[in-house]
Amino acid sequence: MTQIRREIRFLLNGEEVRLQTVGARDTLLDFLRIEQRLTGTKEGCAEGDCGACTVLVGRLADGRLRYEPVNACIRFLASVDGCHVVTVEHLRGADGGLHPVQRAMVEHHGSQCGFCTPGIVMALYALWMENPRPGEVEVEIALQGNLCRCTGYAPIVKAAMAVAEHGGPEGDLLLREREVVTERLHAIKDGARVEVERDGDCAVLPADVEDFAAVYEAEPEATVVAGATDVGLWVTKFLRDIGPAVFIGHLDGLRQIEPGSEALRIGAGVSYSDAEDVLMQHFPHLQEYWRRIAGWQVRNAGTIGGNIANGSPIGDTPPVLIALDARLILRKGADRREMPLEEFFIDYGKQDRRPGEFVEAVVLPHAAAGTLHSAWKITKRRDEDISALAAGFAVTVRDGRIAGARIAFGGMAAVPKRAGAAEAALSGAPFEKASFEAAAAALPEDFSPLSDWRASAEYRMRAAQNLFARFWAVHGEGKVAELERGMPA
Amino acid sequence: MTRVKGAAHQDLAHDSAVKHVSGAAEYTDDIPEPVGTLHAYLGLSDVAHGRIAAMDLTAVRAAPGVVGVLTAEDIPGANDISPTGSGDDPVFPEKTVEFHGQPLFAVVATSRDAARRAAAQARIEIEPLPHALDPLAAIEAGYPEVTAPLTLQRGAVEDGMAAAPHRIRGRMVIGGQDHMYLEGHIAFAHPGEDEDVVVYSSSQHPSEAQHMVAHVLGVPSHSVVVNVRRMGGGFGGKETQMNLFAAVAAMAAKKWNRPVKIRPDRDQDMVATGKRHDFVADYAVGYDDNGRIQAVDGIFAARCGFSADLSGPVTDRALFHADNAYFYPHVRLTSRPMKTNTVSNTAFRGFGGPQGVIVAERMIEEIAYALGRDPLEIRKANFYRDGGDVTPYHQVVEDNILERIVGELENSADYQARRKAVIAANAKGDIIRRGIALTPVKFGISFTATWYNQAGALVHVYNDGSIMLNHGGTEMGQGLNIKVAQVVADAFQVDIDRIKITRTTTEKVPNTSATAASSGTDLNGMAALDACEQIKSRLVEFACETRGVEPGQVEFLPGRLRIGDEEIGFDALIKQAYMARVHLSAAGFYKTPKIHWDREEGKGRPFYYFAYGAACAEVAVDTLTGEYRVERVDILHDVGKSLNPVIDRGQVEGGFIQGMGWLTTEELWWDEAGRLRTHAPSTYKIPLASDRPRVFNVALADWSQNAERTIKRSKAVGEPPFMLGISVFEALSMAVASVADYRECPRLDAPATPERVLMAIERLKGTA
Repeated sequence: MTQIRREIRFLLNGEEVRLQTVGARDTLLDFLRIEQRLTGTKEGCAEGDCGACTVLVGRLADGRLRYEPVNACIRFLASVDGCHVVTVEHLRGADGGLHPVQRAMVEHHGSQCGFCTPGIVMALYALWMENPRPGEVEVEIALQGNLCRCTGYAPIVKAAMAVAEHGGPEGDLLLREREVVTERLHAIKDGARVEVERDGDCAVLPADVEDFAAVYEAEPEATVVAGATDVGLWVTKFLRDIGPAVFIGHLDGLRQIEPGSEALRIGAGVSYSDAEDVLMQHFPHLQEYWRRIAGWQVRNAGTIGGNIANGSPIGDTPPVLIALDARLILRKGADRREMPLEEFFIDYGKQDRRPGEFVEAVVLPHAAAGTLHSAWKITKRRDEDISALAAGFAVTVRDGRIAGARIAFGGMAAVPKRAGAAEAALSGAPFEKASFEAAAAALPEDFSPLSDWRASAEYRMRAAQNLFARFWAVHGEGKVAELERGMPA
Repeated sequence: MTRVKGAAHQDLAHDSAVKHVSGAAEYTDDIPEPVGTLHAYLGLSDVAHGRIAAMDLTAVRAAPGVVGVLTAEDIPGANDISPTGSGDDPVFPEKTVEFHGQPLFAVVATSRDAARRAAAQARIEIEPLPHALDPLAAIEAGYPEVTAPLTLQRGAVEDGMAAAPHRIRGRMVIGGQDHMYLEGHIAFAHPGEDEDVVVYSSSQHPSEAQHMVAHVLGVPSHSVVVNVRRMGGGFGGKETQMNLFAAVAAMAAKKWNRPVKIRPDRDQDMVATGKRHDFVADYAVGYDDNGRIQAVDGIFAARCGFSADLSGPVTDRALFHADNAYFYPHVRLTSRPMKTNTVSNTAFRGFGGPQGVIVAERMIEEIAYALGRDPLEIRKANFYRDGGDVTPYHQVVEDNILERIVGELENSADYQARRKAVIAANAKGDIIRRGIALTPVKFGISFTATWYNQAGALVHVYNDGSIMLNHGGTEMGQGLNIKVAQVVADAFQVDIDRIKITRTTTEKVPNTSATAASSGTDLNGMAALDACEQIKSRLVEFACETRGVEPGQVEFLPGRLRIGDEEIGFDALIKQAYMARVHLSAAGFYKTPKIHWDREEGKGRPFYYFAYGAACAEVAVDTLTGEYRVERVDILHDVGKSLNPVIDRGQVEGGFIQGMGWLTTEELWWDEAGRLRTHAPSTYKIPLASDRPRVFNVALADWSQNAERTIKRSKAVGEPPFMLGISVFEALSMAVASVADYRECPRLDAPATPERVLMAIERLKGTA
């Protein structure tokens, strides 16, 4: 019999917090600002795009304490059970004064109006914990989720690169107290299922994956919440009720990555950030694409399973995963079934998922020899933007001919979808420029994209067609056909 | 002590920097809420234009936590918050809805969450009327102008045009811009006795908020106090747009006699408050074989939105800057401030100036491509010069330093060699093309509403020698407070640490102007200096009386005074002066000299002086997708003799990036129903750290000092650098032009999103 705990427990800065009355839709940000009056954490957008609400959340990952920056605005309070929440008020230097990160920001004039500053400080603090001497590109990536409207960022980037000159890790509170905090978090993790509510708005944190399967099968109307990077907006923007909600972000059983001999199995709860290393090992072409998914805070929270299950036509992972011939494992209770990822997406807002069934894992077969890969995302702004269109290309070449092609697009139709006619034009054709021109010419048979604020139909089609030219330029002619960011290895 | 800490011209961090980084800086939403605080939220129109047939708020009133609602009927005073007195800007409309997102009512509840949820329960029936969303549609539909248009002319434009060896006509569509201050609008009102109310507002113009609240409540201005400690960014978006929120909070606070806070969410903030004006500019330029401009004829139609707001002065300023840095021998410039069924557009850094400047630069580009010349050559050929120094508004440009600025930047940025390298690289015909451009800016400083060029300050010296500084300007991140404090430190020759910078409040300095038009330091610094000088002269008088010396024998030295042969510490002298009943407080005042403007005639000297700058940008463009990167930017900017170089540099860098954002990724997109679909950072894309150029060389022209007697010979810096972002736009244009061998001006519209860039490339390829 699963134990049930009717309160959430977590550490907030130096204190343990226990709350019995927590609704599914209560956000961490409101709790911090309104209940705790920790007003250093700001609300700028309430949708995870500006980073003014950045806090650190420490959690035990396979028993090891790890801090990550997340957006408190779309982080549900219930989901911080068992975590250590750290706000800017907790940041101090060895002498009780400013932390080296804060000192560097002051010295380099990294704030003007100051409203984005606490969030930027927290993102840079998280970066500093990982990498005390970051380069320019690492800083840019760490700040993808933080907007500043005043400074133009130059002084902030300089500050971030100079933190080490303003003090070392010796006085850092979180580093010093790692062991104590780890113990305290272990003590909170009692293996119980957590059920809390506020005025009937109820949240469940299952004890483990088995418990989740049982809970969800019993209550298929519940909202499943993993990283909350989209569900968060249902609440903050659309004022939707999500209760009863089943939170699964804490389930280690869904956060496993298993490299097999034939395929890579990625648990549905694996965040973009956690997937990165293994994924890049196997599919290095995804490197830049992956780091253009949202901002750092969202990559720490958002999950691959959530991105798929959500069914958005502009989700970042489906096009590239479909091109890689990904298969989806769905589970309901104890029953599992498997399907090619592209078959999961039936129509706009409609997926092949039965009541009580959830995405458990994604399986990615290793790339076949001779397969050429590309993954591209086209957006108005380079980073932290939703795709106008996105594409995954996997073209297998044998003996100068194209043996097979898997090409999938997002943003071009109501669902992420393969370009069947373009693929057909390539299959069996010689590996040469004309074949890719023919494939591009066939693309209008595959898609009739829409016009919206991200891009017009004409642009979407033309840019998508031009990606075939880019593919040939890169793989056929070895040309520089993309803007270079200078990614660190 | 040989030198005071924090005197004028020193690099000093923002006075709140430590508070910023530790989360301790207090913004309006951080003010503790007294028990019983209520929260208001707005209900908006979902129709762009229509007659209000019925407003059923029963479900709103019945929603959990709701205390009540406010509609047009509940307004005790005037239902008008138009900043220029045009009477066209209701708090809530009574009969006609004029834009999608127009506030129709407010609901007041015990929590913000309850108020938001309740607002969504309204049942509002609106009979739709035809709408016009952009200036061209408005002209087509016979819509009126929201305010009187302006024409500037000099010479004989028809004759000049006819006589010119070459003529080009063109149209440029220039997008607007959302302010996207990180702290959205907010007001927090506390009721007092009698008719009193105190409003904490995130506002650049507390005096206006005060007057508007009084107007809406139907009480004298003396009953209303507006306080602003700091804003989380303003950029012009809080010059008039706070009026609505301040008025609603104050009305509710008085009605229910409880503190009331109103904070729209980001989407509501973006949908319901005004932005930078979009323009459609039709230009004709006549020029000779050397690219010298002979005549310019331009019509500037603006999307003003449903009401005048500040559209008059904004569209005026577009014309004032449609020359940028160039002499037009014959010129006629006309504004068309069009009414549209969109949110009423407002002030935004540059205040119409950028839209004028970019058209001037477009005409330069047109000439350069037509003649097959480097645009920089054409620029230089047209700079204001001796014998060609009169602007279209008949002010003589007396302080021109552009030739030196541009020359120095051309060298330091190695422009000529790099342009050659770019052209050589592009000649290879690669997919990635490059572009480089060097563009100047000349920006007129002063409010064109001449009476706005006044300021007040209040300085107290307490008898322990500590100093309280207050002035009418507001702090929105620009460093105004530290710069004015430096002026005071300098005046008294005391360390800046002893000066307390206090929140802006209508109780201390009345009838202030908006902190806008880049004028904050110029005006308030002078007013503060005036206050200091008054106190200093009393101290000198006291010293003379007590020591029997002449005023010339009294000198303020760092931390002390020399009186005859005696030296005495500042504190000690203050103590003595207090004991001798010397008045140690003063209200300072300043008004800008020399300026005058006759709008009817289109003649005068609207600007006290000009600020100058130039930028050189290099970009790389992907010709398959239109994506681009800004690779390198060099800037040389003129701030006169800087009061605080590091603060000014921050303004230059930040202004540049904001200007770049305006012209690149920041796109406002309305659907056909008139609904703004880019209404939050998820859809509206301001620059990120990774968009800034990796190579970013920014320098101030340290040799410059203001030719006019401004505060310590410094110059205004808030707006001018914004227009340096045009260099990026034009560099993109060059990269695009490369696909047709630079024979055609690409005529990019703004913003140059990857889509516009790709479509221009495809268009040029088609004609190549």
